[in-house]
This record gives sequence, C-alpha cells and structure tokens, in this order.
Amino acid sequence: MAGVRTPQEKWTNRVAIVAVFVALAIMLTPIYWIAATSFKPRNLATTIPPTVVFQPTVSPFVKLFTKRSQLRDQPTAEEYAAAPWWERMVFDGGEKVVRNGKTGEVRTSGYGDRFTNSLIISIISTILAVSMGTLTAYGFSRFKVAGEDDWLFFILSTRMLPPVVVAIPMFLMYRVVGLNDTHLGLIILYTAFNLSFAVWIMKGFIDEIPREYEEAALVDGYTRMQAFFKVVLPEALTGMAATAVFCFITAWNEYAFALIMTNRNAQTAPPYIPSQVGSGLPDWTVIAAGTLLFLIPVAIFTFLLRNHLLRGMSFGAIRK
Amino acid sequence: MADIALQRVTKKFGANTALRELDLDIKNGEFFVLLGQTGAGKTTTLRVIAGLEVPNSGKVMIDGQDATNWNAAERDVALVLQQYSLYPRMTVRGNLEFPLKSRTHNLTAAEIRERVDRVAETLQITRLLDRKVERLSGGEMQRVSIGRAIVRQPRVFLMDEPLSALDANLRDVLRVELKKLHSELGATFVFVTHDQVEAMSMGDKIGVLNRGKLVQVGTPSEIYARPLNTFVARSVGTPPMNLLDGTLAADTAILDAGRFALPLACRHGTDGARIRFGIRAEDVVLDEAGEAAGRVFDIENHGVIKILTLDVDGTQLHATVSAQTKVKIDETVRFTWKPEKVSSFDPATGRNLGLG
Repeated sequence: MAGVRTPQEKWTNRVAIVAVFVALAIMLTPIYWIAATSFKPRNLATTIPPTVVFQPTVSPFVKLFTKRSQLRDQPTAEEYAAAPWWERMVFDGGEKVVRNGKTGEVRTSGYGDRFTNSLIISIISTILAVSMGTLTAYGFSRFKVAGEDDWLFFILSTRMLPPVVVAIPMFLMYRVVGLNDTHLGLIILYTAFNLSFAVWIMKGFIDEIPREYEEAALVDGYTRMQAFFKVVLPEALTGMAATAVFCFITAWNEYAFALIMTNRNAQTAPPYIPSQVGSGLPDWTVIAAGTLLFLIPVAIFTFLLRNHLLRGMSFGAIRK
Repeated sequence: MADIALQRVTKKFGANTALRELDLDIKNGEFFVLLGQTGAGKTTTLRVIAGLEVPNSGKVMIDGQDATNWNAAERDVALVLQQYSLYPRMTVRGNLEFPLKSRTHNLTAAEIRERVDRVAETLQITRLLDRKVERLSGGEMQRVSIGRAIVRQPRVFLMDEPLSALDANLRDVLRVELKKLHSELGATFVFVTHDQVEAMSMGDKIGVLNRGKLVQVGTPSEIYARPLNTFVARSVGTPPMNLLDGTLAADTAILDAGRFALPLACRHGTDGARIRFGIRAEDVVLDEAGEAAGRVFDIENHGVIKILTLDVDGTQLHATVSAQTKVKIDETVRFTWKPEKVSSFDPATGRNLGLG
C-alpha cells in the first residue's frame, strides 16, 4: 500500500504484525512438533527437554508403511516381482530398518490402504453432500415449498445431537443391512452428517444471488435447468468451495463412527493411527509420521480452493 | 413483432393482490409506457407478459394466441432490467452471445458473431466487446443489456425501469437512443417507469396504473390534457395539476380558498354543486386584472420558465410564468386561469366530469 501513513497508523500496523506472528506461532508450533518428531530417531522423540537439533531419519515413515511382525511370512520372490514399485521400495526399506542386523520378516502395513480409504470416503461424501446440498438449497431459495421453514428446521435439527449418541443404533442397523465395514456405509454416513450443514450454508449463498440473472436466462430461451447450470452455479462456486472444505475436513477427521463401523476393509486413517500405539511402548515417531501425512490432503485441498475461500468464508458476501 | 393483450389478469402474492382484473391492449409496434408508483403493479404486469409470473386468473394473449401457459422461452420476449441484468463473469461479447446460444436459435458461430458485431455497432459498444461486465460503468451496462435484448430480434421488448439507476445526463442520452431504436426496429416496446417525464417523452401510449388496475390509457397529450380522474391529474405533469375545491355558480367557479370567482368555459353540474377544479400550472395566468389574488410563496427558476407557488388563503397552487416576469417572494399577485382549460372533477369519486 502506497501513500503516507500517520505515526499512529504505523504504530497500529506494527502491533498488527506482532499479533499475526504470535497467532502464527501458536498455530504452527504443534505442526512443527509433529513434523520434527516424524523425522527423529525413536530414542530422541520423548526427550526432555526436547531435542531440536538431530540427524533426520526416514525410518519412522518406513516403519509406518511396514508391518514389523516376526510371525508373518516374508513376501515370496513371485510376490516381490509382482508388487508395484512403491511396495518394493517399502520392502527394501523395511529390510534395512527392521532387520537392523537381526532376522525377521517385512510386509507392507495397512496405513496405505487406510489412507486411500480416507481419501475415497471423504472425497465422495464431500461431493455428494455439496451437490445435494446445493440443489436442495436452490429449491428452498427459489421455489415456494410447502412448510419451508419447518423443513429447514428439520434439516437443521439433525445436527442438534452429538452424532455419537446414535452410534449404537446406527451400528445395529448397518449390521442388518450389511453396510458395516464398507466404503458405501461410511460415505452414506458422512454425507448425511454434512448435508444439513451444506443445505444451510448454500441457502445463504444462493439467496444472495439475484434472481434476475436466472430470469434473464429463462427469458433468453433457456430452461430452468440450463439457467441453473449456466448462470447460478458459476455464482455459487465460491460458496460451494467453502462448504466443500468444511465437509471434507469433517469427513476426513471423523473418528468415532469410523472406529465403530469399520475394522479392516473400509477403515479410515483416524482410527488406524492410534491403533499403532499398540500394547508395548508407543513409538511416537511412527504416530507422528502417520499424522503428518494425514495432514497433507486437507492442506492441499484448502490450498487449491484458497481463492474461493477468501470470499466464501465471509459467508455469502458476494460482490454485487 | 406482436400485439399483446392482457384479459382480466389477476395476480396475487399471498395476501397481496398485485393486479386486479387488469385489461391491457398493446398494439404491434407501439412504444407503450406503463406509469405508476412503486407497488402499483407495473413490474408484475411486465413479468406476467414475460412469462416469469403465472397469473391467478385471466389470459395473456400474444398475437391473438392464448399464451398464458407458455413459458418465458416460448414467448420470445426480451427483458431489460434496472440492474443485475447482465451475467457476471462473462465478457460483453459473452453476454451478447448468450441468448443466441440457447437451443431456441440454431445459429452457426459465424452468424452469432455477425449479429453480435452488428448490434455492438448500433449501440456503439464495439470497443467494449472483450471487457468483463464488472468493469463497465452503469451506462455501458445498460447499453449492453439493451444490446442483449435486440440481438435476439424478439417479438416484444420489455423494459423495467432501464434508465432509473443512471444519472440524469446519461438518462437523457439513452432516452433519445431508445426512441430512435424503437423507430428503427419497429418492434413492440413495453416500458415500465415511475418517472412521468420519461413516460411523457417516450411513450406512443401511456397506461397509468394504480393499485393493480389500469386507470387510463391514452397518448401522452390525451393523458396530460384530459386526465380521467384526479389520480391521473396528479401523476402526470411537473408540477402536477392544481386541484382546487369550489362551488359552481352560474358560469363561474367560486373557489373555497379566498372565495374568488373565476370564469368557466363549460359547466358540469348545477348551481351550488361541489366541484374539484383542475388547472395546469401553465394555464394559470398572472394578470393585474385577474379575479383572484395570492401571495408568492416560492419561486423555482427553471431557466426558460419560473414555477411560482402561490398561497391563496392557505391553499397552494402552482403557476408557470416566463423567466422574464419579475416577481418577488411574499409579493401579492393577481391571477386568473384559462377558462377553456379547466377540468372539473367529482370531489367524492375523483372522476373527470367533462369526460362523461
């Protein structure tokens, strides 16, 4: 910003900069801690005072992706040949870390699969919640719906209870219909969690889009559907991006249901990471490595949508 | 190009009735202005014609065909609004192309390009074609909206206060341009406004709306000279028509204010009848031999003319005089009116007694 500043403005500016740094320090310290721990050798992870300078090692990551069991078989030569390159890399790395001179077998751990499950379930449920939420919100915003307020309240009321309260009945119901430990089961669940939120937020955004735009399109010879896609949707994108980030984070972080409803096939990363604490002495470096990798998709997703978010976070502040 | 007719159209929004059995006839090629206050039902009328609102009862006829249940696309009308009328996030060219790209038109890319270029030239917006809509001034935006309407060559142009958001100079310029455009295209225009100056200067015909009903339809001069009732008399003309209560006595009007007796050219009613006399400001004449007298309360100088506000025993009336006339505030002047220009209204119903 060019221009002359009064001394007072300069002073306020300095205070603001300091405040931003303090806030950043508070927010980034845990992330630094996780990142640092995930590159530490095991014996330095829990030292007091914390070790700041150390020789970084990737062994926590290798351990994260390998199953270090003495009981399991090692991959056979054929299995090794058939494995994709990254699995081979894990095998090779695992050999080095685990054996460490001793004998033992190396297999890939479940982390990769769990992580993939998390991605599949979160992405699909986010897409479903945001698209269904947008359509519902559009309906409520633009058409006369009998009992509109009651419906909206009903939709909101699904969030008035901590979700865990219904965990047991959900578990029983899922067992009957065979949705336990399936991707579809968690996708449905997370979509349902996020839908009410998406409807409300999107209604706010769509209410702000002047009807005149669509009406102009209707008069110009487009159908209601075409008008929605060509005129309303581009305007609603900002809101959809903000909603998508919230939905994605909710689904990505969800722990309780994932723990109860899944065990092997569809388990997501959040219940898997603490399971590595195990019964013996927890290896915090491995947990830190798992957590660090777990943070990355949210960071990427938010980063990709940052331009929309800046406007979207101010809830419906669409430039007129 | 089309005739439009509304037949006994009623439109309700919840408990509010926006249009009450409205009848309206708009001839092919007419520049028809709907004039009314906020809430009179002008915009609703336009939206009913456009097919954006479905009337609760009554019919919409386009070219003699019942179009009541046609959707907006089928009616082939174009709409220009006061604001929000352009698609954001598109360039000017994108906006102009948009209506041509709908399924109702089967145009090749070259044809679209040619039409857009031609319209841009007509409206002198060629240099803006690649600009984003957000970066246009208000006047440029309205030009583009008008362009988007004409590029389609629709049957009818519907305009909802397209000039109201613009500043006065630009409004005058666009007013002239719209008039010119109308005569070039020869299309039917329905133009909604609350500004009676706009209505008077642009319309071939004016329809005065009040509370969802059409009060009077006529050419601007008919509406101005022979208003059907006191509502129209007060809505049209700057300043509005003076309305003075009085009694009829022989061939004179005895005004309640000041008990002055002024001459009448024709009388409507018997002696002693209560009448509300209407007289335009320009038909009030300052005259030293005039029958009535009033105090000059205010002088508005409009350059060519001055508009005086005269106070006659607490009743105020306007008189137009030439700018050369020397008057001072608080001076008492004598005046009369042009007897043949006086309208007589029924004080109870507001009806113009001279129009049967």
